[in-house]
Amino acid sequence: MRLSLPSKFLLWGATAVTLAFIYVPILVVVLNSFSTSKTLSWPPPGFTTEWWGKAFTNAGALSAISTSLVVAAVSTVIALLLGTALSFALHRFDFFGKSTVNLLVVLPIALPGIVTGIALNNAFRTMLDIQLGWFTIIVAHATFCVVTVFNNVFARLRRVGTSLEEASSDLGAGIWTTFRLVTFPQIRSALFAGGLLSFALSFDEIIVTTFTAGSGVQTLPIFILDNMFRPNQAPIVAVVAVVMILIAIVPIYIAQRLTTTDNR
Amino acid sequence: MTTVSSSAPDRVGESPTRASLARRGSVFLYRHAKVRLALLLSAPLFWLGLVYIAALVALLITAFWTVDSFTGEIIVDWNITNITKVLGDALYHAVTLRTVGAAVLVTLIDIAIALPIAFLMAKVASPGVQRALVIAILMPLWASYLVKAYAWRSLLSQDGVIDWMLGPIGGESPGYGFEGSVLTLAYLWLPFVILPIFTALERVPDSLLDASSDLGAKTGRTFRHIVFPLIVPGIIAGSIFSFSLTLGDYIAVRIVGGATQMLGTLVYANVGVANNLPLAAAVSLIPLGIIFIYLGVVRRTGALNNL
Repeated sequence: MRLSLPSKFLLWGATAVTLAFIYVPILVVVLNSFSTSKTLSWPPPGFTTEWWGKAFTNAGALSAISTSLVVAAVSTVIALLLGTALSFALHRFDFFGKSTVNLLVVLPIALPGIVTGIALNNAFRTMLDIQLGWFTIIVAHATFCVVTVFNNVFARLRRVGTSLEEASSDLGAGIWTTFRLVTFPQIRSALFAGGLLSFALSFDEIIVTTFTAGSGVQTLPIFILDNMFRPNQAPIVAVVAVVMILIAIVPIYIAQRLTTTDNR
Repeated sequence: MTTVSSSAPDRVGESPTRASLARRGSVFLYRHAKVRLALLLSAPLFWLGLVYIAALVALLITAFWTVDSFTGEIIVDWNITNITKVLGDALYHAVTLRTVGAAVLVTLIDIAIALPIAFLMAKVASPGVQRALVIAILMPLWASYLVKAYAWRSLLSQDGVIDWMLGPIGGESPGYGFEGSVLTLAYLWLPFVILPIFTALERVPDSLLDASSDLGAKTGRTFRHIVFPLIVPGIIAGSIFSFSLTLGDYIAVRIVGGATQMLGTLVYANVGVANNLPLAAAVSLIPLGIIFIYLGVVRRTGALNNL
């Protein structure tokens, strides 16, 4: 579109300010993790790598990281199975209540986290009498991770269509052979991307987690939240926060690359 | 046509009985579409229905129960005390108003920030710049929510970045409180608002904009009369995120809100400290109800298809 010079100038200016608004806070956390100030006063009086060393020997932080990795991995596997089955069902079939099922998948992330959290907390504690812990966190995480897998696989199925599969069965291949040799290779990268997104989603989740974790299990976000209000822990929290950005961003970046190169 | 389950291998040349079993299964499934559908749907529906829908229904039911004030045990004693308390108490009125006010403010701030950058991305930037900007917007979307709220805690703190930046011109950080919460929440949900607006803008044909300027309309007028009406569904789609997410938030408010109470913090306090799950359930019905009303109103605009 042709724009007058002032409006062009304004638009680029607004964009630059917005990008600064988005990135400055994250940069501040990264810089703070190297700050010599324990209260994180700004500008940092000096820089040190001391906190990074301390964080990597901090037992609480390390066990929280491994807890989060396990929870994210298991929930992702469950989400992959359920999400893929659902996307095939909704793509390949027309049935009564299809739109309701579609809504049902989106609901766990469309409703506010606190509603999901308290609903699950209440169901586990008062209805089913299950002790909060590993099991309840994983069930909760898998529930809201299904939608990311579903979205990725469903989009892929819609794009590749069914003609290759029909060709495969016309040539005499059974259902399993067709799946193994035709369908699976077509959706493999979508599964991978959906799995990575779901992993990152679970790794970061805090609201539902605080309602389903109980006191025994500490994921990384809960570790950060617990230590955030403690004096003198500030630099360690900053380090862990940076680690968390890295662990979440890398899979997302790969997933993005995967889906965009596929789309081209 | 196929199913997801690939457990039975059917390589020709393996043991004949296994191969024929797999073959028979394959033929059976091929002929019976309903069985295939049932196999695909049963596990996910069982999970989502049992875990999620049952939990939501249970939440609704629990709101009508009470807690024994001595033992802290939940008593199945049907009554509407919690509901009337939540609907009648001035505290809940004030907190509900404050939360809805915050949600509206956050939504307006986000739309105001999102419109220029989304417009630039969709209509002005070259394809390369556009791709770079989309990634730049998407990356922080996935950076941890908690880390972002934490970042604002250090930004807003005394001697923090905002004090340092505003100090020379005589300003100071709003500190931890309502303003800090609104700022932080607006920051948190910004990418969710930018993306649907960007998608909506991309769908506006360039030819319309050219026609408008050929007919003599200036940039502002083209935007008001041509672009804006076309992207309203995208704006509403974005607002669903910022509105609904703000209503349900309690962590960010706890981190940067100081003593500010929102619906989310009330729910959390009732689950944790007060150990009154039925009351918490009743409180959580307020944001749920507001969101359903909002979604019901918005549905008519067709914005839900833009999510």
